[in-house]
Amino acid sequence: MPVQIEGSQAVARAVAACRPGVICAYPISPQTHIVEGLSALVKSGELPGCEFVNVESEFAAMSTAIGASAVGARAYTATASQGLLFMVEAVYNASGLGLPIVMTVANRAIGAPINIWNDHSDTMSQRDSGWLQLYAETNQEAADLHVQAFRIAEQISLPVMVCMDGFILTHAMEVVEVPTPEQVARFLPPFHPRQVVDPDDPVSIGAMVGPEAFTEVRYLAHHRQMEALEVIPRVADEFREVFGRDSGGLVRPYRCDDAETVVIALGSVLGTLKDVVDERRARGERIGVLGITSFRPFPRDQVRDVLWNASRFISLEKAFSVGIGGIVSSQVRASLIGHPITNSTVVAGLGGRPITKASLHAMLDRSARDELEYLEFLDLDRALVQREIARTRVGTRSGPAAENMLRDLGAVRSTPH
Amino acid sequence: MADEQTTLPPDDPVRFYQVGSFAVGNRLQPLDLRTVQAAQDRPNALTCGHRACQGCGEALGARYALDAAVRATDGRLVSVNATGCLEVFSTPFPETSWRIAWLHSLFGNAPAVATGMAAGLRALGKSDVRVVAQGGDGGTVDIGFGCLSGMFERNDDVLYICYDNEAYMNTGVQRSGATPPAARTQTTQAVGPEPGNVFGQGKDVPRIAMAHEIPYVATATVADLHDLEGKVNTAMGIRGARYLHILVPCPLGWGSASKDTIAVARAATQCGLFPVFEARDGEVVASTPIRRLTPVDDYLRMQKRFAHLFAPARRDDVIDRLQAMADRNIRRYGLLEEAAR
Amino acid sequence: MNEKPFAITLNVGSSLANHTGSWRTERPLYVDRLPPCNRACPAGENIQGWLYKAEEGDYEGAWRVIMADNPLPAIMGRVCYHPCQTDCNRAQIDEAVGINAVERFLGDLAIREGWRVTVDAEPTGRRVLIVGAGPSGLAAAYHLRVLGHEVTVRDAEPMPGGMMRYGIPAYRLPRDIMDAEIARIADMGVRFEQNARVEDLEAALADGFDAVFLAVGAHVGRRAYVPAGEAARIVDAVGLLHDVEMAGETHGEPPRLGRRVVVYGGGNTALDAARTVKRLGADEAIIVYRRTRDRMPAHDSEVREAEEEGIRLRWLSTIANFDDGVMRIERMELDETGFPQPTGEFEDLEGDALVLALGQDADLRLVEGVAGIAVEKGVVQVDDGMMTGRAGVFAGGDMVPADRTVTVAIGHGKRAARHIDAYLRATPYVEPPKHELAGFDKLNTWYYADAPHQVRETIEAARRTETFDEVVHGLDEESAQFEARRCMSCGNCFGCDNCFGVCPDNAVIKLGGGKYEFNYDFCKGCGMCVEECPCGSIKMVPEE
Repeated sequence: MPVQIEGSQAVARAVAACRPGVICAYPISPQTHIVEGLSALVKSGELPGCEFVNVESEFAAMSTAIGASAVGARAYTATASQGLLFMVEAVYNASGLGLPIVMTVANRAIGAPINIWNDHSDTMSQRDSGWLQLYAETNQEAADLHVQAFRIAEQISLPVMVCMDGFILTHAMEVVEVPTPEQVARFLPPFHPRQVVDPDDPVSIGAMVGPEAFTEVRYLAHHRQMEALEVIPRVADEFREVFGRDSGGLVRPYRCDDAETVVIALGSVLGTLKDVVDERRARGERIGVLGITSFRPFPRDQVRDVLWNASRFISLEKAFSVGIGGIVSSQVRASLIGHPITNSTVVAGLGGRPITKASLHAMLDRSARDELEYLEFLDLDRALVQREIARTRVGTRSGPAAENMLRDLGAVRSTPH
Repeated sequence: MADEQTTLPPDDPVRFYQVGSFAVGNRLQPLDLRTVQAAQDRPNALTCGHRACQGCGEALGARYALDAAVRATDGRLVSVNATGCLEVFSTPFPETSWRIAWLHSLFGNAPAVATGMAAGLRALGKSDVRVVAQGGDGGTVDIGFGCLSGMFERNDDVLYICYDNEAYMNTGVQRSGATPPAARTQTTQAVGPEPGNVFGQGKDVPRIAMAHEIPYVATATVADLHDLEGKVNTAMGIRGARYLHILVPCPLGWGSASKDTIAVARAATQCGLFPVFEARDGEVVASTPIRRLTPVDDYLRMQKRFAHLFAPARRDDVIDRLQAMADRNIRRYGLLEEAAR
Repeated sequence: MNEKPFAITLNVGSSLANHTGSWRTERPLYVDRLPPCNRACPAGENIQGWLYKAEEGDYEGAWRVIMADNPLPAIMGRVCYHPCQTDCNRAQIDEAVGINAVERFLGDLAIREGWRVTVDAEPTGRRVLIVGAGPSGLAAAYHLRVLGHEVTVRDAEPMPGGMMRYGIPAYRLPRDIMDAEIARIADMGVRFEQNARVEDLEAALADGFDAVFLAVGAHVGRRAYVPAGEAARIVDAVGLLHDVEMAGETHGEPPRLGRRVVVYGGGNTALDAARTVKRLGADEAIIVYRRTRDRMPAHDSEVREAEEEGIRLRWLSTIANFDDGVMRIERMELDETGFPQPTGEFEDLEGDALVLALGQDADLRLVEGVAGIAVEKGVVQVDDGMMTGRAGVFAGGDMVPADRTVTVAIGHGKRAARHIDAYLRATPYVEPPKHELAGFDKLNTWYYADAPHQVRETIEAARRTETFDEVVHGLDEESAQFEARRCMSCGNCFGCDNCFGVCPDNAVIKLGGGKYEFNYDFCKGCGMCVEECPCGSIKMVPEE
């Protein structure tokens, strides 16, 4: 039954429907509402048989999830931004040990400067952590992806991150059909761990592996992610059968069939992009949108197929690799090796900056005029950065850049010492 | 589960056993009073073939503790191990020396992993399976300390065992928060006017653990097996967070002879520098009295890490400060009081 | 295992494939070392061995270990001056183990329980004559009988026991105890011929014996020249003790020496005489000795007990003459060599009788003129195997050069028996090699529980001077076992499991029954087992 519900609460209920054994909670915006919701569900008894552990850090949260998963309990946690970075060592460890933990990341920028708003810097930093990464477009998909995430994780024995845009999704009230425990029960089998710390069948898990086998271990991790490329669509198919709706999968092409230009993006911005594309299509422009749901594993073949007949792609990214540029675009280009295609990376929405239709249209207009550079920053205040760059050229003690620019904008009144 | 008292053999003058309760075994003792280590069929939780150095105190302490825990829980036990010597020497691919269910995750997260294990087992309805976390002093008092404190504070059902060899040995002997003053390590070199580790630093984690008011905190050494096993046994009879801090000399890092590992641990207790005690709910309830009191000299001289205190010139100023630390322990824990136990 | 993650997850206990023994440069070895008590025992008892069994409560087993070396445990437990205890390593921790008391407990228990020794050896058909039924002769007779020989003991006195009976007063060695232990030897088939002094060795040899062991002792009291008046009563101590014993046997009147008796000498016999005199009714017994107490040959415990019984001791004194109830005493002083020198200072000491206890000589008339037997300084010369210069004739006890104690004599008997046996079989007796000494430095004493010595009860001193009842009482079972358990088992594994427990590499295999084995596949050679072995029965040796 569709209900009007906050994204975080929808996710909380979806997670609860999956009957996790252990939930590790540590507050960090904008994820906090999810664990708050779960706390209530556990405390009230609506989520029975679940241990809700208030840990002392994100590092402990992931570590506790590792312990729980290792003994064979379904484990869940949620984090964002700094929290994700704080737990990184354990994030890698969870995937290295092959523990099917599911974690929500409410995507948020990384400081400094500290910023609580949405972008993808946090999860993009973990693209090589060995976790699967699924990006939700809507709150409905966010809820659904969690159900699928447990299924995928436990099937291939790897952890899965469900990435949903902080605030934009987590705090948005939308109509969501929340997966019910009964539905989930028909979709998600009980957790049968591939390995378990169990006194009845003792093993040593977490050996030290030297040069003689480390490459093979890493290769096998890669191989399993590659296998997930088959698992993920199959799970989405089965999900459709049980729940009657499309969610998940690897990629979501939208009006790409005859598109000359394809805009690629992840997450909630896809909704805006589709509106823009619709408007431009209405004007006759052959343009489409490719949403990538599974960023890890990266669906090279699917991306290549979608882009095969296009002449240009624009990758709209909420994070970038400082010093080189696009992250998603580099992976897309890697999917098109030997297939020349014009492309640009447009970095947008950093630190929660709105991505407006107007800005997108302006950007696409320039693209249509072939004016788009290889790397662009949407709505970048060029005058502002030029002044700061000039300041740093004058003296070595130019002061903090962020504060300087806020002063330039009039947002801060103080004068430098 | 009831809080059972330590099951040490009672001081019974009528039944006198030649070696009393000092040696590992005693053929004259009733079976139920013998140590786990004396049993032919002891668990050997950590078995042969591990790659610990000759005379490794940690290998010994780990087997003592885990065997006792296995016996106390009838084998219903899982273990998590922080990164460190114990982890490295016990589980280099393709061989493991563990015979119990064992997990290694990271250096600083063993207490949190243990929390997760305990929570997971409870969720699975397997609360009969108990969790033992183990780590070295670096993993415990330094990098894992946040997780340890969190585990204590939540009173999670975990026995955490710290094998304290007073420095980062796995990485080649660097100072930790458990390194004693004046000790030479690779990062507190025995040079300059105040050679070795500085005074006034370091963490007394057993007392910090007590400050959490967890049900059980105890210290032990590899030199007193009966005491150690008794404490593990007691700990496994209690639910909630428990902390056992075991002194495990490191021949490599301390510069002691590999044959002297137990002797050095004993010397640490007999001079008072390492107090052996038990605390419940934040209060000391028992301490092991010193049997043959010695000056700290005897202990220090066994170890090259303190050699700079005796040559080229004897550093009475430094030795006196160390003696004062020992004396304070003796006062604080009543180590010279008869029947302190 | 294939379904488990590659390399990360391992099968338990798989490190057994890694043989860390290759790291080793030295290897530990289990050894037996010689406990100091065993080394000190003149009778060659395996003291640690029998205490081990006594610790467990296997008293008969313990007793049989003693009997392998010494057939007279109950006597030993009373009259031995226990050099074992003097050398006991435990003395350096608290007090020596009361070995002697435990031995007496075992000896008495054996008598009470009627434990016997059977002769299991095939009869050899060889006949051995033992001359003298003292401790040496009895020991030799017993050992030879155990070995299957036919043994005859000929003794001059009415009863067997020699100096044990006619020299040691009953309050130190009750006669029923001695009789029981001797009877046990007789019951094994040893033939005793009493009142049968052997005057002529050649004649005896011609009597069909294949070998002879001479053990006639030293019963002749040495007389010093003390100028004395005709009325002065002077007797010798061994004669006195002999007469007291004879009076007991014949229910006759014991000798009366008067109210105030002076004993001259500083050995155990002097003390025995003084204490006996007191028991015979003398109001006062005074021992006069020319040196100081610390130079007295008498055993300290005897001196202490004598003092407790009110016997006075006068040091640094000689008796210049004795007449008319007055002894003239000259004060002596020790020169730098410790030898007493006269000072010319005199005083008088009243006394009714003087007992001379100045040592004994052996009556060697039976060997006079026997070819090959050499006598020097009043004693018969023997080789390492106790054989005289005459083939087949052996000698031991007080008649050969040695300390004159019961225990030494028993040791001689055992040693002689082994060599006589070898002689009779015409094979040389090869003594088993002695183990390295288990000195105090070999022990790790930490492991021994603190435990004081169980003090033997003594009868109230005031009462005991009136009777010849035994002065020192035995231990009850609990005390005896406690005392046995004070033994540190120096140099010999006693199954404490320390090596098994302290090995960080689990490289000690516990076989059970107090036995262990090193697993050299895994032993890294750290040496902790050696260091933590309480009793020093492991040592490190270099790898080849």
